[in-house]
Amino acid sequence: MTSSERPSRRGIFLGLGVLLNAIAGLTLAVPILRYLFSPVSRGRKPGSRAWVSLGRVEKFPAGQTRFATYRNPVVTPSDGETATIPCWVRNIDGERFQIFAINCAHLGCPVRWFPQSNLFMCPCHGGAYYADGSRASGPPERGLFEYRYRVDGGTLFIEAGAMPTPGASLASLTVRRPPCA
Amino acid sequence: MRLMGKLGRWFDDRLQLGKPMMVTMAHPVPRQTASWFYVFGSAALTVFALQVVTGILLAILYVPSAGEAWGSLQVINEQVAAGWFIRALHGWGSNFMLAIVLIHMVQVFLFGAYKFPRELTWIIGVLLLLVTLGMAFTGQVLRFDQDAYWGLGLGASIVSRVPVLGPALVNLLLGGPIIASATLSRFFALHVFVIPGLLIGFVGLHVLLVLKLGINEWPMPGRIVRRATYLAEYHELTERDGIPFVPAAVWKDIIFSGFVLLSISACAALFGPFGPGGQPDPTIIQTAPHPDFFFLWLYALLSYLPPAAETPVLLIGPVIALAVLIALPFFAGEGEKSWKRRPIAVLTVLLAAVALGSLTHLGAHTPWSPVMDAWSGEPIPEKYLKGRTALERHGALVLQLKQCRNCHSLDETGGKRGPALDGVAVRLTQDQLIRQVVQGGGNMPAYGKNLSPAETTALVAFLETLHPPGQAPASDASRAAIVQ
Repeated sequence: MTSSERPSRRGIFLGLGVLLNAIAGLTLAVPILRYLFSPVSRGRKPGSRAWVSLGRVEKFPAGQTRFATYRNPVVTPSDGETATIPCWVRNIDGERFQIFAINCAHLGCPVRWFPQSNLFMCPCHGGAYYADGSRASGPPERGLFEYRYRVDGGTLFIEAGAMPTPGASLASLTVRRPPCA
Repeated sequence: MRLMGKLGRWFDDRLQLGKPMMVTMAHPVPRQTASWFYVFGSAALTVFALQVVTGILLAILYVPSAGEAWGSLQVINEQVAAGWFIRALHGWGSNFMLAIVLIHMVQVFLFGAYKFPRELTWIIGVLLLLVTLGMAFTGQVLRFDQDAYWGLGLGASIVSRVPVLGPALVNLLLGGPIIASATLSRFFALHVFVIPGLLIGFVGLHVLLVLKLGINEWPMPGRIVRRATYLAEYHELTERDGIPFVPAAVWKDIIFSGFVLLSISACAALFGPFGPGGQPDPTIIQTAPHPDFFFLWLYALLSYLPPAAETPVLLIGPVIALAVLIALPFFAGEGEKSWKRRPIAVLTVLLAAVALGSLTHLGAHTPWSPVMDAWSGEPIPEKYLKGRTALERHGALVLQLKQCRNCHSLDETGGKRGPALDGVAVRLTQDQLIRQVVQGGGNMPAYGKNLSPAETTALVAFLETLHPPGQAPASDASRAAIVQ
């Protein structure tokens, strides 16, 4: 700048250049941020959670807990086997069901059902749950996560779409209080 | 030879890098720093270079897709010439790099190198530790097997506990609501572009600072660091008694780096690549997920923390640890450098080493995990069945069938989650045994609903026989009085 009061032509062009790049930066920032945060915004869109079939009700005999799998409602071509999700189906009395997520409520490891001792056990840190999914022992702070379910025309459906985590993210997806066993 | 010289001069006339490089290489360093204690920083850099090279080689064939990554690793292992060896080099290089970075950190801490004027060098070093751990974690995800899949679930579960933002952070971490292809490709981008970029930037700054400020002098007990006088003292040390870095000190760095590279190659050749383990198919639940060696301590910690303390410790603990490491040069920026005059520093290192070592050992043996097949795979030792009544033997059967052995050991076989049952009759009376079995408690599930009264009676009858030969079982004194 040549004088302290009047900016020079070069000074003005420099300022203009900076301004132009700032506008360009902001223009680019919006789509970049939208792209980066799309996993968060997509989760709120309809369709990410949907009712999926676990098969005919007859597959799940009354009084037993059986292993079942379903395909996640949203799948991309490269997901491979990771989009096939397991769960545990407990047929309480032929009419009422409890569908438990495979993920331990402690840190998400796959729990295994032991019909002999009527317990779910987790291989990671030794969490154990009773048949109705309530916490029996170990580090989990709560019972197993449950899916909402309905029986339609003899087929068992659950509302699926997200991996349950202990952060209460699935309050809307999962049933908080298991029905009395 | 003359042609080479001419060519070299032609380039240097244009680049003009020769002279500054010579000056940098020959810069004087304090005589005693030409020591075997000062070789770990350069060794970490060498291993990083190896990781870059082997990483690029692996990226040529690796497919970062959830459906195909595991298969592409099998192809590299089995079908590509020396593919297994390149994977092994990268895997072992990762372990060596973390180990050397940790040793380097302990060395500069014990030598007081973080003190004035090298505070920023230390802070960037702490950031380098973080990005190195970040490389180790993301790398373990790229080895997309069962451990990687469930490890991601573990990471998501930890992240989900962040107040308010938890659910959004889980989606950001996984790239969606479930662990799938979007998860793997974002970890690929982190492992291959983002974190290495940071790593290279931080390494550049770190080395630049070492050159600008000079290598930390060998600490002498009684030689106190003061802000006012240190720079002049250090200048005196390098000018009066210094030796040129090249060749007087560098030969030790070069020898050690070569030794490390050969060690990594030997480990790779002898022990081979890490996995991949089972397929990343979530419907295969017959698995016991396990993190890599450098995260075993965390895995163990997550088992031993009381449930209520877990979330605060997980979320606040790392922040405090990081804050302490970064603040260290500011509250201990002056004073003694020698470990001989800094007992608290030495004890801190020992405490951290013992804690991490013990947790890692526990993480490798997981005594808290139920042994899922102990009930069907580990028979009751014969000595506990000899001379028992029919009822007691039936109780032994109940013990097996109700899977008590998954958590309780007999004669050292079975789970270690609960106490061993070999001498249980000495510890608990009949009434206490019944109550423990039926009601559970003390981290044991209640079996009241799962056992018929007859089964409970038989089980307790058997448990009452479990006491060392010379030792009487526990008895209820009040009951004995009534009988009399």
